[in-house]
Amino acid sequence: MRGLAEAIRSRKVTSEEAVCAVFQSMEEREPSLHAFLSLWKEKTIEEARRCDALVREFVENGKEDELPPLLGVPVAVKDNLLLEGERTTCGSKMLEDFVAPYTASCVEKLKGAGAIILGKTNMDEFGMGTTTENSFFGPTKHPSDPKRVPGGSSGGSAAAVAGGMAFAALGTDTGGSVRQPAGYCGIVGLRPTYGTVSRHGLVAFASSMDIAGPLCRDVLDAALLYNVIRGEDTKDQTSVPSSAVDSEALENYTLSGKRIGILRPLLENENTEEDVAQAIQAVSALATEKGATVEMVDMPLLEHAVAVYYILSSAEASSNLSRYDGIRYGYRAEGIRNLEELYTKTRSEGFGLEVKRRILMGNYVLSSEHFEDCYRQAERAAKALRAEFRKLFGKYDLLSGPVSSTTAPRCGEAGKDPLSAYISDLCTVPASLAGIPAVSIPCGYDRDRLPIGLQLMGPCFGEQEILGAARFLEKEFSLRTGKGAGSHG
Amino acid sequence: MADFETVVGLEVHVELKTRSKIFCSCPTAFGADPNAHVCEVCLGLPGALPRLNKRVPELAVMTALALHAKITPEMRFDRKNYFYPDLPKGYQISQLYAPVARNGYLDVETGEGENAYTRQIRIHELHMEDDAGKLVHDALPDQTCIDYSRCGVPLIEIVTEPDFRNADEVVAFLQKLRTLLQFLDVSDCKMQEGSMRVDVNLSVRPVGQEELGTRTEMKNLSSFRAVSKAVEYEARRQWACLLNGEEIVRETRRWDEDQEVSLPMRKKEDAAEYKYFPEPDLPKIRFTEEKIEEIRKALSETPDEKKKRYIGQMHLPPYDAGILTSGRRVAALFERTAELCGDPKESSNWIMGEFMKILNDHGVGPEDFSIREDSLGEIIVMLKENQVSRASAKALLLAAYEEGAVPEEYAKEHDLRLVRDKDTLLPIVEKVLEENPKPLAEYRAGKVKNKQFLLGQAMRSTKGKADPAVLAEVLQECLDRL
Repeated sequence: MRGLAEAIRSRKVTSEEAVCAVFQSMEEREPSLHAFLSLWKEKTIEEARRCDALVREFVENGKEDELPPLLGVPVAVKDNLLLEGERTTCGSKMLEDFVAPYTASCVEKLKGAGAIILGKTNMDEFGMGTTTENSFFGPTKHPSDPKRVPGGSSGGSAAAVAGGMAFAALGTDTGGSVRQPAGYCGIVGLRPTYGTVSRHGLVAFASSMDIAGPLCRDVLDAALLYNVIRGEDTKDQTSVPSSAVDSEALENYTLSGKRIGILRPLLENENTEEDVAQAIQAVSALATEKGATVEMVDMPLLEHAVAVYYILSSAEASSNLSRYDGIRYGYRAEGIRNLEELYTKTRSEGFGLEVKRRILMGNYVLSSEHFEDCYRQAERAAKALRAEFRKLFGKYDLLSGPVSSTTAPRCGEAGKDPLSAYISDLCTVPASLAGIPAVSIPCGYDRDRLPIGLQLMGPCFGEQEILGAARFLEKEFSLRTGKGAGSHG
Repeated sequence: MADFETVVGLEVHVELKTRSKIFCSCPTAFGADPNAHVCEVCLGLPGALPRLNKRVPELAVMTALALHAKITPEMRFDRKNYFYPDLPKGYQISQLYAPVARNGYLDVETGEGENAYTRQIRIHELHMEDDAGKLVHDALPDQTCIDYSRCGVPLIEIVTEPDFRNADEVVAFLQKLRTLLQFLDVSDCKMQEGSMRVDVNLSVRPVGQEELGTRTEMKNLSSFRAVSKAVEYEARRQWACLLNGEEIVRETRRWDEDQEVSLPMRKKEDAAEYKYFPEPDLPKIRFTEEKIEEIRKALSETPDEKKKRYIGQMHLPPYDAGILTSGRRVAALFERTAELCGDPKESSNWIMGEFMKILNDHGVGPEDFSIREDSLGEIIVMLKENQVSRASAKALLLAAYEEGAVPEEYAKEHDLRLVRDKDTLLPIVEKVLEENPKPLAEYRAGKVKNKQFLLGQAMRSTKGKADPAVLAEVLQECLDRL
């Protein structure tokens, strides 16, 4: 992405050429991958031409240094981030025809940096799912194996980047929805510190954990995209100020002298595939070789992380999704006789199975009968988890583990047993609950040539640290194998 | 069967007087076109987030302090979830677990003469929330329309303990609360416009019984009169139920203003389960001790404090002090007037007498008038200095009220000032004596009271414009000379 941006600025390539190349690979790949829910080719090409004209103008006036950093770069955006004038469906029948009346703050920043938004990407309905199969508009397929899922819920964004249909993409991460698909598809996905990216215009799933994050081809791109979208926003009072990541410092980062903890429960559990475990152990060996101290860390609280995550996220989701009632916008059922029916029929027909399951769960844990033993307990557990992470970051610079216990599963598997699908979130939900930054980078392949993701977590506002380590490892992997460090890499 | 006692607690919703809404910058103005004041936030569109108007917690804390309540150091918002078409987000942003304040009170004076007494009404809590929209049933035939302009207007809800024992106490409390909130400039408290809404929780029990009876909640009360009627009606209805051996049903009832009866609205059993939980979109609100002190200091004098001062320092009778502190505007007028003329009692007499009469004649409420605040004080000064007669002073006040006249100028223009120049008055007196030879002769023969008659004649000749003291002096001099 940054290479393209640089090439456009120095007029080695035009934005129009880049955009056309993307649409060409789209013609070939999109029909089978189905990464996008909306595309606007003509508009994108026109915009590319405008960018090229701007570059010419600036260069002629000797002001190329003032060009915005992502000028002319085609980028994809997940379909739960609003872009004024375009549909924002959240992968739901409920919002099939909903046209955004305003633009999300992070998308606005992306546009402000000169990026061209070329389309909206597919996702699990309202972000609820780990495969992008829970989309009303049909599933997205894995770019290297159409019989497999790309992960989710930002599966469309991950497939678009990995499949060469966008130079970078924005996803959103509530319980792992950026990191896990990035891991499955072999690209870099960053979940920033909670609050560093404004949620204004991000359609809420679980407000206390939702955040937008970049899916990119490498770590430096992810850092650049994070720098563009981050920032405090008066339109989101949970947003916080943060510092930009220093790209030069990323290049100079070394693991020598760093203390790294590998979270044992993420690595050593019954679901961990052998290839995944081996890849992580290989990273551990590499880090040690490079002068880091690597230790296994026990964190008994993680045993409850998945349950806590599902209680809190479903509670918030049940409330956040109440506004879809068929009255003001969105889907409205037909043949309504009274108000009660307007609600029940609209919501029964407009929401998919998984969304209804979460709403039911949320209502259960918030009911006066269960509020204390479910919601309050989960709230306390999350608080304890945050405290535990703080303690661990006093001892370790980084915490690590796989981003998923497995590589990309086959299509249809997750739908068979929702509970084991939930359990597969074990690796990603801890960072979500703690609000800490976490990045997923490819660290090898399994025996089926499917990418394996490594996850690096840091303390709040530790983006510089985790991206530094990620960049260091990324360079090491490409030196060693040209691709990754894993046993089959 | 023993006598029954009525027990009432109130939930009072008050719209705060802020220019913009609680969670967005839309205006709060009442009476706009339907859906004129809405944006993505108050319409609850996907992706929109609330952003708290800082003025709202400040006004809420101010009110809580005036109600002697304990401020919560770390307030939070909670979501109250329920479905209704006027509620665009599907939840109200309210406060359950950490409201603005708890444990306050307001002393209420009620009863008259020997039966007057004060009752302390405890305030259970005070919290902030956003208002919902309005369903409009009469705009289109057979259709219900929704006006979302009211969505997000800031409200505070004041919840009392069940400390009321009759309708008079309830009304006295509401009147006092309204005055207080108007004094603080926190709310207009117009029940007709819905900026003050009262729900009545009422139960009855045999006198002497500690335990509370089953209560009902009454809604749709649009005036203090309706509240009073509703309390009396509902108490009688519940007594009758108990006397007939029936059980009181825990339910929400609607007051029917036309029939003056309460009707069942919904049973409490099937009342919504609100599934409250902490609002994740808004950070906690912290008020430090210093900040609370700052607000307390800036708090304008409450009506009770004013009343005390009027009686103690200005030596007004309690009756006067009560009336003059019944509203913010009237108290302000009184204070300015007394300051200008230095005579609190005279100021009070004028306001309670002539001024209220003018307002009454014009059909204007005691808090809705508009007059230059210095006018009455200036008039009283002119009167005290004998520059104008009492009758002219009344005319000046009317002119000041109706035309915004400045008394000094108006008196000059309309020749209302008293004549005090002896040289001007002498020929008038001489003429009167000349035209009344008989009374004059009688005076000189010893009929002293004829002097009054002659003075009256002279005053009539000046058309009442002479300073009576100077005129009497000139007459005496003439009589002495004769």
